[in-house]
Amino acid sequence: MTPTETAMQRDRAVTIFEKGQAGRRAFSPPPLDVPERPLDELIPPRLRRREPARLPEVSEPELVRHYVRISRRNFDLDTGFYPLGSCTMKHNPRLHERVAGLAGHARLHPLQDPQRAQGALELMWNLERALAEIAGLPYVSLQPSAGSHGELAGVLLTRAYHEDRGDPRRTVLTPDTAHGTNPATVTMAGYDVVKVGTNADGGVDLDDLRAKADKDTACLMLTNPNTLGLFDPNIEEIVRIVHDVGATAYYDGANLNAVMGISRPGDMGFDIVHFNLHKSFTQPHGGGGPGAGPIAVSERIAPFLPRPVIVRHGGERSNGSGREFDLDYDRPKSIGRVRGFQGNYGCFVRAYAYIRSLGASGLRDASEVAVLNANYLLARLRQLGVCELLPPAYDRICMHEFALTGAPMKSELGIRTLDLAKRLLDHGYHPPTVYFPLLVEEALLIEPTETETKETLDAFAEAVAAILSEAREDPEIARGAPYTTPVRRLDEAGAAKKPVLRQPL
Amino acid sequence: MAEASYPPELLYHPEHDWARIEGDVATFGITWHAQDALGDIVYFDAPAIGAQLSQNEPYTEVESVKAVSDVYAPLSGELVEVNERLADNPELVNEDPYGDGWMVKIRITDAGEAGGLLARDAYVATLEE
Repeated sequence: MTPTETAMQRDRAVTIFEKGQAGRRAFSPPPLDVPERPLDELIPPRLRRREPARLPEVSEPELVRHYVRISRRNFDLDTGFYPLGSCTMKHNPRLHERVAGLAGHARLHPLQDPQRAQGALELMWNLERALAEIAGLPYVSLQPSAGSHGELAGVLLTRAYHEDRGDPRRTVLTPDTAHGTNPATVTMAGYDVVKVGTNADGGVDLDDLRAKADKDTACLMLTNPNTLGLFDPNIEEIVRIVHDVGATAYYDGANLNAVMGISRPGDMGFDIVHFNLHKSFTQPHGGGGPGAGPIAVSERIAPFLPRPVIVRHGGERSNGSGREFDLDYDRPKSIGRVRGFQGNYGCFVRAYAYIRSLGASGLRDASEVAVLNANYLLARLRQLGVCELLPPAYDRICMHEFALTGAPMKSELGIRTLDLAKRLLDHGYHPPTVYFPLLVEEALLIEPTETETKETLDAFAEAVAAILSEAREDPEIARGAPYTTPVRRLDEAGAAKKPVLRQPL
Repeated sequence: MAEASYPPELLYHPEHDWARIEGDVATFGITWHAQDALGDIVYFDAPAIGAQLSQNEPYTEVESVKAVSDVYAPLSGELVEVNERLADNPELVNEDPYGDGWMVKIRITDAGEAGGLLARDAYVATLEE
């Protein structure tokens, strides 16, 4: 296959700073119609720049084209199917954007006095109650601003809990299927990681857990369903083993999209849960932008929650002198603030809009359809013969996602999971997660989510089958993919070894 | 190295590491299978000279485009030399896993441990399971 370079591939991406000409403007202010005053009177010279800021000087059409062009070079949920396992790339309803854009939400200043931000505090308080209900744990903090941040806050809470009892501990158990953030969090919180093995069914190896849980164990961090997309039926026994040695049980909420309204981490015995509002609760996944990773905890962990906490005073709503909702800083055992102000409020508005527009039964429906879609897609792949080359790593009914192994595909067709993933881009699909979980050879982790139609799932399954039959004829095609994307195959090793970290202006 | 190879003169550890014993010094590296499964190696975390390595315990990490992985010591001993070239050329591990891609040399503390390692055919059989 000799690919012809597309216009987009020829087009070198430049920054807005490299465009335009000196003096060019996108906006011209009207002539000054009030008496001009010397600048020194308005801003003291010591607070002013010595040189003008180097800002891009472009016309409005240039400006518009620049950003629209960049957006078209990206692959996103609005472009196509994005079955990235463990990431829950579900549709972000436009209603939520509209609500979050209302002036009362969008223009609220983070330093606004609580008395004049009662509506915002009420929304946050209500969101906390909803998340508490979903988790089955009574106390919530909205402060952590990402899933990983929620994990760190949760493990610091565990630390504070053990230290308060005068029983500091050293280790945290994580299964070998865990998200990479779990061991990173453990290390940041000052504990050592102890890995627990996986049994033949893809769940926690109970004998290994019993052997490793001891008086040094501070916590077990677990995702259920786990990163193989499998619900661990031994969950009650797992939590019992951990509690029997005096440790806490931490639930990584990354895979909550499989169980909302069906099973609750609190009922399974967990002490701490984090939520990824950008996964289960439709807050858009932003490229490092504002996020939210609230945590819910049990009674015994609650005294250590980050402060301030939102409190609701009983009685009548205030008539100006009192406050119904307030921020309580008087929390002597708190681990302190983990975030400036009150967190990323816009995320809370979107998540709350989602929960209220679906309601309790709607959330349960979402999880049920997410599980149904994953099992349908797996069955469809099987029907098309794909699973002969890409069999499920653990052949059970899956939850919201499933892991395939590309090992037979690699030995029989001579293409790797990475090649399949790259070729999927030419079919207009974002590839699934690849090479994770680590214990699955040539892994492919597929999470379709509940917001995709049967037609989309069918078309995706047919694309995978088409790539495999193409590779049987000529494996070089997949090895050279992608051909149609704005950039071709990237030098990942070069990017890791010799990263370009600065863009000259 | 594009084709799988497992030299018969080496001893193998089930975590996909090899050892070449010459007198009381042993050279360690990772096997063809290990580098193939990891993909392009982008970083080798050089351990300190003088470190005490214990058999079956990780002594360093390698990072590939896919993951960071522990590297296990096939034998116990004191670290006497590190392959300095891997700092700037970690891809040597992929290109020549048994030659220029070697990782460390140790002074062996317990020669009897070698009896617990696998010969070539026994190691290759574990890959075919």
